Amino acid sequence: MSAPLLEVRNLKKYFKTGRGMLHAVDDVNFTIDEGKTLGVVGESGCGKSTLGRTILHLLDATDGQILYKGKDITNPTRKELSALRHEMQIIFQDPFSSLNPRKSVSETIMEPMKLSHTMKKQEMIDRTRELMETVGLAERFWGTYPHELDGGRRQRIGIARALALGPRFIVCDEPVSALDVSIQAQILNLMLDLQEDRKLTYMFVTHDLSVVKYISDDILVMYLGQVVEKAHSDELFKNTLHPYSKALLSAIPVPDIHANNELVTMTGEITSPINPKPGCRFMARCPYASDKCNEPQKIEEILPNHFVSCCKCREINHL
Amino acid sequence: MNQKKHRSRLGDTWHQLKKNKFALVGLVIVIIVLLVAIFGPLIAPYSYDAQDLVNAYAKPSREHLLGTDKFGRDTFSRLIWGTRKSMEMGLGCVAFGTLAGLIIGSIAGYFGGKVDNVIMRIMDMFSCVPMMLMCVVIAAILGPSTRNAIIAIAVSTTPSAARLIRANILTVRGKEFVEAARAIDGKAPHIIVNHVLPNAIAPTIVSTTMNIGNSIISGATLSFIGLGAQPPIAEWGAMLSEGRNVMRDHMELVLYPGICVMLTVLAFNLLGDGLRDAMDPRLRN
Amino acid sequence: MENKPIVEIKDLYVEFHSDDAIVHAVNGVNLTIREGETLGLVGETGAGKTTIARAILGIIAKPQGHITSGEILFDGEDILKYPEKEMRDLRGNQIAMIFQDPMTALNPIERVGDQIEEAIGLHNKITHADAIERAMQMLELVGIPRERYFEYPHQFSGGMKQRVVIAMALACNPKLLLADEPTTALDVTIQAQVLKMMKELKEKLNTAVLMITHDLGVVASICQKVAVIYAGEIVEYGTLEQIFDHPTHPYTIGLFGSLPKLDSTEKRLKPIKGMMPDPTLEIQGCKFAERCEHATEACRAKKPEIYTTQDGHQIRCVLAGKENA
Repeated sequence: MSAPLLEVRNLKKYFKTGRGMLHAVDDVNFTIDEGKTLGVVGESGCGKSTLGRTILHLLDATDGQILYKGKDITNPTRKELSALRHEMQIIFQDPFSSLNPRKSVSETIMEPMKLSHTMKKQEMIDRTRELMETVGLAERFWGTYPHELDGGRRQRIGIARALALGPRFIVCDEPVSALDVSIQAQILNLMLDLQEDRKLTYMFVTHDLSVVKYISDDILVMYLGQVVEKAHSDELFKNTLHPYSKALLSAIPVPDIHANNELVTMTGEITSPINPKPGCRFMARCPYASDKCNEPQKIEEILPNHFVSCCKCREINHL
Repeated sequence: MNQKKHRSRLGDTWHQLKKNKFALVGLVIVIIVLLVAIFGPLIAPYSYDAQDLVNAYAKPSREHLLGTDKFGRDTFSRLIWGTRKSMEMGLGCVAFGTLAGLIIGSIAGYFGGKVDNVIMRIMDMFSCVPMMLMCVVIAAILGPSTRNAIIAIAVSTTPSAARLIRANILTVRGKEFVEAARAIDGKAPHIIVNHVLPNAIAPTIVSTTMNIGNSIISGATLSFIGLGAQPPIAEWGAMLSEGRNVMRDHMELVLYPGICVMLTVLAFNLLGDGLRDAMDPRLRN
Repeated sequence: MENKPIVEIKDLYVEFHSDDAIVHAVNGVNLTIREGETLGLVGETGAGKTTIARAILGIIAKPQGHITSGEILFDGEDILKYPEKEMRDLRGNQIAMIFQDPMTALNPIERVGDQIEEAIGLHNKITHADAIERAMQMLELVGIPRERYFEYPHQFSGGMKQRVVIAMALACNPKLLLADEPTTALDVTIQAQVLKMMKELKEKLNTAVLMITHDLGVVASICQKVAVIYAGEIVEYGTLEQIFDHPTHPYTIGLFGSLPKLDSTEKRLKPIKGMMPDPTLEIQGCKFAERCEHATEACRAKKPEIYTTQDGHQIRCVLAGKENA
């Protein structure tokens, strides 16, 4: 088996706040193989967006290692970072705030090429045309400004901008959650087409479990900065092991009136991510919590290629 | 939509500005004022200090289009010469004050953290000193002159300009498109100039144009207390103060420079408002 | 037998005028909400969902907004003819609304209990002490301990805030609750809890609810009737079973096809191509024709009539009768 495209080892990102250290990403490990999609799921404040931004060096890691094509890129030099920016890109959630309102469609898509100083003007214009066609933006939008377009088209601009320098790896930070369902499906299909054509590798960050199931090969479930469960997509949905994943899965409103999904009720308040205690962070809301959970949790391979961070996992699931 | 394709940013702004009648009126007045300021000495029939004591307080006539003042100096010529001094004051103060504020505020706002803290505390210190006091100190050190008045006014307007631009930059900095620009390998100066400033500058443009007016007035104030333009130099503010003493009998000596100040300030404000709208693609139809 | 109607909207048209265009937001909507019934109004951004709710509440933004024709009967009376003073008595008292964002719906510098108490005191002639007692009861009703009456909004989590907003809306025992995407801003686990609570409350209080949402999953979990709205027109209306088991309008079918499903293994979604028509254009025929794969010339020429099946399933599509016959 070849080396994974991206490997993250013990990655930590803490933020200093007035009340102490906020553990946004705490000891996260995973790998993504080339051409695959890793889905990162969790609710607001679980650190999933911070994780994506830390990998892209939009934020500096507090501790840990990031390896890209087997090379340590945790502390790149200015030159290495420039090269990485060509390889790794990001698509944002909010198609309204992710585009500069004063730049036209073509200016936005062309900007990365201009900044890279590797292309002639005509080359850039041709490439921009090509990109607009690829993402399904008609040429008549060339000089249009973002505010004149709807969310779906704006998101297409964001995708074209991310593709401009021919990246290998793209962090997709909730790219469809601000869109209407019919548009959402169009964008998801576009992203899958692009992945097939260009052998792209995605890290797909979302709170929407049905979207993540549809698009991902592997899934990482995060809770308050930590990975609680990690498995292949089908396996995770068939065999949900962590109590939090179970609760999350049961909470999705399913558009099917015959589905009988019993809501796993959670009690208690969400633990604060500021200076958290060493034990399980889900403990306060977990129906199975006991004294054992006060100890630090280790992520273990419970089933083949299925990792769970819960000391009572075997007991709960009768394994 | 296809025409837009070939238009530069400046051309685009101009295209939008053309549609705004008030802004055009402002622009025309501003251009006239600037032309008068530049070519004043060629247009003015007399020198600003040519005295004709026999003809003091003369009524408007063919020789003196707007009459004369107490020294018999031609009011029309003095207004033209004064345009130059007043614009020097207004534009000079804004050029130094607002520009410095813009740069300082941008740096503080974009980098945030300690940089921000240090810069803004220094700015606070500056804004604690009253403008008059600052002028007196500067005049005491450097001597009273137009140039020193400009420096004094510029220094005292810098903190408010810096604070305004910083606040706007803070809101823009949090937007995802700024992060996107970093992700495509944009360096800080590129991002500030291309992404942050254009979206944060609109309120500054308006306040800058207002500042031109305010600076003309501040300059006049300084001239009045003897720290700005020195007599016999003609300057609208100085002319106002001089005319004030004889206002009851010779209204026109206050009226003319007053109208000049008012029209110029109004023109700059109209132009500023128009520019703000023209530069924002969201306000276009 | 069906319950008595609380609200009947008849042929409602709403327009918004801007400098150079007229936005046709609501185009001839007929809708009935019955006592104790939850009606889901499903549609995409700009379909006119919120405008309908605002029309019922009489808070269409003036001067741009105009109700150009139609009637809204509340308890049998046309409230569009009501003077502002009478509408004010109705609002918050008999008709209440919950907005999408709980963060902005609460006054940050007032204690949450006082905000509920104020809503009660405004519409009921009761003593201050009684109003406070009732506010505390309302808090308990939505699952918040009464001691938290004295806390400020920032001390509450997002889900708790939305509970407070719901308590405030229900405080005067309204006959009709307009809920505009009440759970969209919440996390899924919190959303599930709030939906569950709303369902229980509705059964307890027998309030009619207009549930505005874009999420068919939310509809499935809380509504009895469903109206699908597209470009200001109701394109399909029926019971939950009729809509979910036999979606008939091509747009409704398209909506279901656009959703990734948890239990399927399909590799590609079937999105609806294109996008909603520009609401400033007047469209003669079916508004969905441009995106519909079954569209014919006839569809573009004339707006299709509503087809009603024997058991009351309504579809605004020319194909409806033929397919089902």
